[in-house]
Amino acid sequence: MSIEVKNLCHVYEAGTPSESRALEDVSFTIENGKFVGIVGHTGSGKSTLLQHLNGLLKPTSGQILIDGVDITADGTSMLDIRKKVGLVFQYPEYQLFEETIAKDVAFGPKNLGIEGEELENLVREAIEMVGLDYEDYKDKSPFEISGGQKRRVAIAGVLAMKPEILILDEPTAGLDPRAHKDVMDMIKNIHEKYHNTVIFVSHNMNDIANLSDQVLVFAKAKLLKDASPREVFAMKEWVLDKDLDLPDVTNLCEALREKGFDLSETIIDIDQAEKEIYDIFK
Amino acid sequence: MENSIIKIENLIYEYVKQEVLDDGSTVEKVKRALNGISLDIEKGSFLAVVGQNGSGKSTLAKNINGLLLPTRGKITVKGVELADDERIWDIRQNVAMVFQNPDNQLVASIVEDDVAFGPENLGVPSEVIRQRVDDALKLVGMYEMRNKAPHLLSGGQKQRIAIAGALAMDPDIIVFDEPTAMLDPKGRKEVMAIINKLHEEGKTIILITHFMEEAVQADRVVILKKGSGILLDGSPKEVFCQSETLRDVDLTPPLAVELGDRLRARGMDIPQDITRIEELVEYLCQLK
Repeated sequence: MSIEVKNLCHVYEAGTPSESRALEDVSFTIENGKFVGIVGHTGSGKSTLLQHLNGLLKPTSGQILIDGVDITADGTSMLDIRKKVGLVFQYPEYQLFEETIAKDVAFGPKNLGIEGEELENLVREAIEMVGLDYEDYKDKSPFEISGGQKRRVAIAGVLAMKPEILILDEPTAGLDPRAHKDVMDMIKNIHEKYHNTVIFVSHNMNDIANLSDQVLVFAKAKLLKDASPREVFAMKEWVLDKDLDLPDVTNLCEALREKGFDLSETIIDIDQAEKEIYDIFK
Repeated sequence: MENSIIKIENLIYEYVKQEVLDDGSTVEKVKRALNGISLDIEKGSFLAVVGQNGSGKSTLAKNINGLLLPTRGKITVKGVELADDERIWDIRQNVAMVFQNPDNQLVASIVEDDVAFGPENLGVPSEVIRQRVDDALKLVGMYEMRNKAPHLLSGGQKQRIAIAGALAMDPDIIVFDEPTAMLDPKGRKEVMAIINKLHEEGKTIILITHFMEEAVQADRVVILKKGSGILLDGSPKEVFCQSETLRDVDLTPPLAVELGDRLRARGMDIPQDITRIEELVEYLCQLK
């Protein structure tokens, strides 16, 4: 599913003294099946944008087209939009509430009117997709499992809706290194299996470099850059000036290039770095 | 250790949970979180504690300032044993803690009131409190914000207020329990800069973290493993070059170590003890 955002503006508390602009004239296109990373500091407008993409917030002005359908137009069914666009909030495990994991995951599709065997199959698939054994976990309380597992159950709840666009707001925030890797691997698997469009917000430039086809950089309510990760990280000075980081491997390779090593410009993955460095000494 | 400020001897900590069975009787479920930890922490040092969730990092921190008392073993802080009920308040004042979520640690509706909360509770004279609050806020760079409401601040700013609150207790030791986990990169850098500054000023720092790039800033790193206590203990260099051991406990070695391993596997002669990007760059330059 494609997404087209045109001249999107959002003003919180418009017309009051505490009025603040959260998004200013934001336009971009995301093609079907892309893996998109969003970066930017707290307060740059990222979360406001995400909430527009599944219709939780209405734009002050501008348009959002999901597969050509204007979701901001009067009469568009929000239920249809939310079926297609699944949004995983920050710290989604705080939203777990049911007495068993299976019931919690079933909550979304059940609200869409799905029941019986079809519902059970969806729930089973979603729980297994996040790497948990259905039989082992379905009757457990979502409150007696580890933090990383809770996060996965919460993501399963969104996956059970079979969203064609999956949006995750800082999916690894607060996780330990192992849970971090598990969750990122899981998102990658979901993308590979369903070929869905995935949009994720992250402060981790290594993840952004490893996974995204396209990167959107936000600062102070504006979309500053819409490009491939290689193009973004090629603007080294610019990235640092925006108080963002470069991937570790880019830092290393740039340092080597400065010392006269003949490496490609802006290497963003370790496999390439390994190969090119080895080739020099071979 | 001659200059030790905290001495932990064979610390065992068990969480005990009462569970009610179907027939109404109760059983005690015991979970051992720390299994025989011994650690001498030098005065004025900066120690990073790393390990997966469940490895006992936070339990260790809470034992150090007496929020939890050892099931077995002994902890002494500045020569005072923590089990000593009469002295426990002195210890808590000496060992301040800063936690992960700044929102859970701020209690007042004005920044400076929040910072004053700790010393007020200790009955410190008000002119001393004024001085300490001002000093603490200046040190964390939040003095200009002293009359603001904490909930209007960014995550990084809130965490700086929480640190100022800890400083106002005038502690010798500050334990940071994943202080940057919920912050963005900018907030994370701000907080790490303050931690380094406090270390330079002579405070003893214990930093619990999941971020290797933070742990390398310490002068000593301890890696805890679930169920088996201390896995590695040494300088960041000594610890982070043990890539196999790190991977065993699902920690990702720093990039320079990872790349060094890969190049070594291809037959290149890269020393095992290279842990920082700059070192690898320098070494490759010499090799060329």
